[in-house]
Amino acid sequence: MDTLIDNYDLLLKGFRETLKLLLASGALAMVVGTLVAVARLSPVPILRAAGATYVTLFRNTPLVVLIILAYYGLPQLGIDFGFFWNISMAMGIYTASFVTEAIRSGVNGIPLGQAEAARSLGMPFGMTMTQVLLPQAFRLVVPPLASVLIALTKNTSLAAGFGIAEATFRLKGLLNDNATDRVAIFVGIAAGYVIIVEVISLGAHLFERKWAVSR
Amino acid sequence: MSQVLFDIPGPKAARRHRILAVVTAAALVGIVGVVIWKLQSEGELAYAEWEPFFTPAYLELLLEGLLMTLLAGLLAISAAMVVGSLFGVAKLSSHWFIRWPAWLFVEFFRAVPLLMLIIFIWALQGYPLESLTPLVLGLVLYNGSVLAEILRAGINAVPAGQSEAAYALGMRKSQVMRIVLLPQAIKIMLPSIISQCIVALKDTSLGFYILAPGLTFAGRGIWREFKNYLQTGIVLAVIYIVLNLLLYLLGVWLQRRFGGESKVDLVGGIVQSQPGGGAAVPGPY
Repeated sequence: MDTLIDNYDLLLKGFRETLKLLLASGALAMVVGTLVAVARLSPVPILRAAGATYVTLFRNTPLVVLIILAYYGLPQLGIDFGFFWNISMAMGIYTASFVTEAIRSGVNGIPLGQAEAARSLGMPFGMTMTQVLLPQAFRLVVPPLASVLIALTKNTSLAAGFGIAEATFRLKGLLNDNATDRVAIFVGIAAGYVIIVEVISLGAHLFERKWAVSR
Repeated sequence: MSQVLFDIPGPKAARRHRILAVVTAAALVGIVGVVIWKLQSEGELAYAEWEPFFTPAYLELLLEGLLMTLLAGLLAISAAMVVGSLFGVAKLSSHWFIRWPAWLFVEFFRAVPLLMLIIFIWALQGYPLESLTPLVLGLVLYNGSVLAEILRAGINAVPAGQSEAAYALGMRKSQVMRIVLLPQAIKIMLPSIISQCIVALKDTSLGFYILAPGLTFAGRGIWREFKNYLQTGIVLAVIYIVLNLLLYLLGVWLQRRFGGESKVDLVGGIVQSQPGGGAAVPGPY
């Protein structure tokens, strides 16, 4: 317990790095993931195939390998935004494939009759989208997106081996220096992650409640 | 076929789609071209950079790593199945002193980052070199918790009438679970279990952080010698992708052979088959 109290500033710094990684890669994942989802849901077969290829490639590669490619490989090509951004890029690109699938499954969860009814009422495309489909899609997409973000939170720990002093990196150091206090260190840092995860799922829950409809 | 987001295209829309298709194809060809040009101009396509992947000795190294990865994955997932069934059933127990510890166990190990868990176990064991134990133990604890949750959800998804009927026939609690609920739940859970297996296989790469033998660790040996990080990374990625796709195909086959109507979804979770023509975008999945 003492180790945690004595090193609270290190831990806070660690979690600040974790949150920075989460924010940077989460934002990238949302943008790229939404674009790829649009491609996957589009009426153009080539775009759909391109989206599907993206998802297959990046979802089936372990994040460690993507980080290795971004951290060591890209600078070899002269593409180097600094290690924080290269690692965030790897995490964002990886997570984007999961965001795509979350959005796709959300949109596909809307009953087909909704769109058909809107069209048969004579609603034009824009109105069908904004009045009927997107409001329902948002609601269906929030829970899977929240679990993608939660997974990303846990995945930020993978930066520990690549020169970013985030929470898991601190764990490694503290475990090494304080052999007698290991369980307390582990549980304490785990609690930090649990708090972040709970905040995300609470937020998702609030959104869901706000947009809930009685069917 | 009519879909949620768009209607059957008329002549104007069809023309627009054709134009979009041509533009997309051109853009994709352009991207591939730029990548190849960049690789070429930086000299990354030179044979020397790819040499280890045509040299039997290094291929053997990768193969050994691959075998260790498969071994770790297999050990982890089979032990996780056992842990998962135990805790999944325990979470459904009618005794609070069984239900609550199981709930705590599952929630804790699901929420903790797997890498943290692995490093912790590694430290507890005194930082052994080239040992699979911390990796496998970590994977078992994490995947066991996830599988417990999948099992619980699967059993709850069996219609209540099934267990009611079984109780009415005079079966005991354990009989209801064993004979009536589990066999039906397994069908429902199959897609989630398969996608969890793929996740576990990918997560074996975390052994890299604790210097446990495996595919990624074998790659490390190569890139440290040849300084060809990019090439080694690409080769590793290709091997993992092929491996995961094979596992996915196995899952599709299992699903067709034993499963019900729900289809396999790699993201995890169960995609219910949609009665009444729900909108599923046809894709290569």
